[in-house]
Amino acid sequence: MNSVSADHLVKTYNKGSVRALDDLSLEVAEGTVLSVLGPNGAGKTTTVRILATLLKPDSGKAHVAGIDVIKHPDKVRELIGLSGQYAAVDETLTGWDNLVMFGRLYHLGRQQSIDRANELLERFSLTDSARRPIKTYSGGMRRRLDLAASLIVKPKVLFLDEPTTGLDPRGRMEMWGVIEELVKGGVTLLLTTQYLEEADQLADEIAVIDHGKVIARGTSDALKSQVGGERLEVTVEAAQIAETTKIIERVSGNTAHLDSAIRTISAPVSTGAKALMDVLRALDEAQIHPSDIGLKRPSLDDVFMALTGHVAEEEASEPVRKKRGGKK
Amino acid sequence: MKYAMSDAITITKRQLLQLARIPEVLVFSTIQPVMFVLLFRFVFGGSIATNQPGGYVQLLMPGIFVQTVAFTLASTAIGLAEDMKKGLIDRFRSLPISRGAVVIGRTFGDALLNILVLTVMATAGFAVDWRPTSGAPKIFAAFLFLFMFGYALSWIGIYVGLAVKEARTVQSVGFLVTFPLTFLSNAFAPTTGMPRLLQYFAEWNPVSTMVAACRQLFGLKNQFGATANSWPSQHPLETSLMYMVLLMVIFIPLSIRKYKNTSN
Repeated sequence: MNSVSADHLVKTYNKGSVRALDDLSLEVAEGTVLSVLGPNGAGKTTTVRILATLLKPDSGKAHVAGIDVIKHPDKVRELIGLSGQYAAVDETLTGWDNLVMFGRLYHLGRQQSIDRANELLERFSLTDSARRPIKTYSGGMRRRLDLAASLIVKPKVLFLDEPTTGLDPRGRMEMWGVIEELVKGGVTLLLTTQYLEEADQLADEIAVIDHGKVIARGTSDALKSQVGGERLEVTVEAAQIAETTKIIERVSGNTAHLDSAIRTISAPVSTGAKALMDVLRALDEAQIHPSDIGLKRPSLDDVFMALTGHVAEEEASEPVRKKRGGKK
Repeated sequence: MKYAMSDAITITKRQLLQLARIPEVLVFSTIQPVMFVLLFRFVFGGSIATNQPGGYVQLLMPGIFVQTVAFTLASTAIGLAEDMKKGLIDRFRSLPISRGAVVIGRTFGDALLNILVLTVMATAGFAVDWRPTSGAPKIFAAFLFLFMFGYALSWIGIYVGLAVKEARTVQSVGFLVTFPLTFLSNAFAPTTGMPRLLQYFAEWNPVSTMVAACRQLFGLKNQFGATANSWPSQHPLETSLMYMVLLMVIFIPLSIRKYKNTSN
């Protein structure tokens, strides 16, 4: 059963001149994680805001746990948790103050709100800073508290809008850990991100969106195979590039691609590890000693490139997009 | 609906908690009106001639009281705009709480703050020889009037905050509205010195009628009015009350509706 479904959502701004969502449809099956992946301005936040009852679409339908988001927003609000870029906590108050306040706003009793606040602070390793104002928190702590605030009443569906944007690598790893824990607990999660590895790491399924449309969806693996199989990459000294290219082309049977800036030659291969060994052997015979060699599965960046003809970049770079789009 | 009031009170408590966490805000929001009392009392008090027994300060205090509560419009608007900008309002809107609770809660918080500010100002006024002579019930009625006026303006503040969104712009808009309103009035000087056209404005200005109403309630002779026997100058209490009711009747539903339909 689908916990979340969006059907043909359209949302325009500035009297129709900006189409934030352009017939966007997606579903999230109960107990699974869908990652909505796309560059800034693709429509991720607009999608979340509509599903979380903050915004009404121009047309289209949306359901959360079978309830119509547009007709019965109050019922939906009882079932969801929202955290991310735009939904925040009160920075002047302490973490504890915030969680107790949100508990009260979810209509828990006073003692119940306090107990739940303590429980969540403990669970997200924030007990030590519970009595400090949020503005003194690190980015990672702030996000964890924000997430905790959305979990007060154990939501059926959780929306996380770019939960790790702006965090340092350590903060990101911590946040991933927390989210993975939640997912094990069986929550249905819709998560937006502009980080390809984040979608790869956390999601059962990925919906790639661009210009307000879903342009591809499937598991991370399915998306990758849509782009093609593995690639063999070899990095050598400049003088040995020509000979190495010949070897790679012979073994793979495909045209090799040279990235001369990093002296790396690559080509698609269908035989995986065998191709790697064949190339290594041939290089050894030719007395070429690569500084790096490996099989690479395509990254989600490659996926984006293959799907849209441009790398995942921000909406602001409009002229570049048009130029590249022309090649298609 | 069942929780509308308790949700609003939770929001109000949050605002009070903010004040407890950053007491500087509270200190400065009370220092400013006290500063006005002292400045006007000692800068103008000596040079504005008045036949008022007890001196200029008796006329001045009602004016400063009204001016200060008029600034509630700006402070409500700024507070709300800041919450919107920080994403807190979006968070509240995603919760299963009554739609009006967030804005009602804020008007309650600002009203409570006004009680404190008025108390501090009255104390400061007393220290510089302000002596209302009308007796406790009327003095209390005057403060009730001030409190209600602040509360009514708070609802315009909600509307302005939601409409303008950017806290800094809201601040400028707030001052652009409240400064002319408070100075084109009888609050600090008689309106009879103004150009004729401004006199008419000053006469119907709710700040003037409020100041006149308070002066009356504090036991002063009604000295208000550019044109003799005009309705607002003859009936400042009724006119003020009418303004307050009118503002609330218009702006409470309008602001709540605006809140429901606003998204950042």
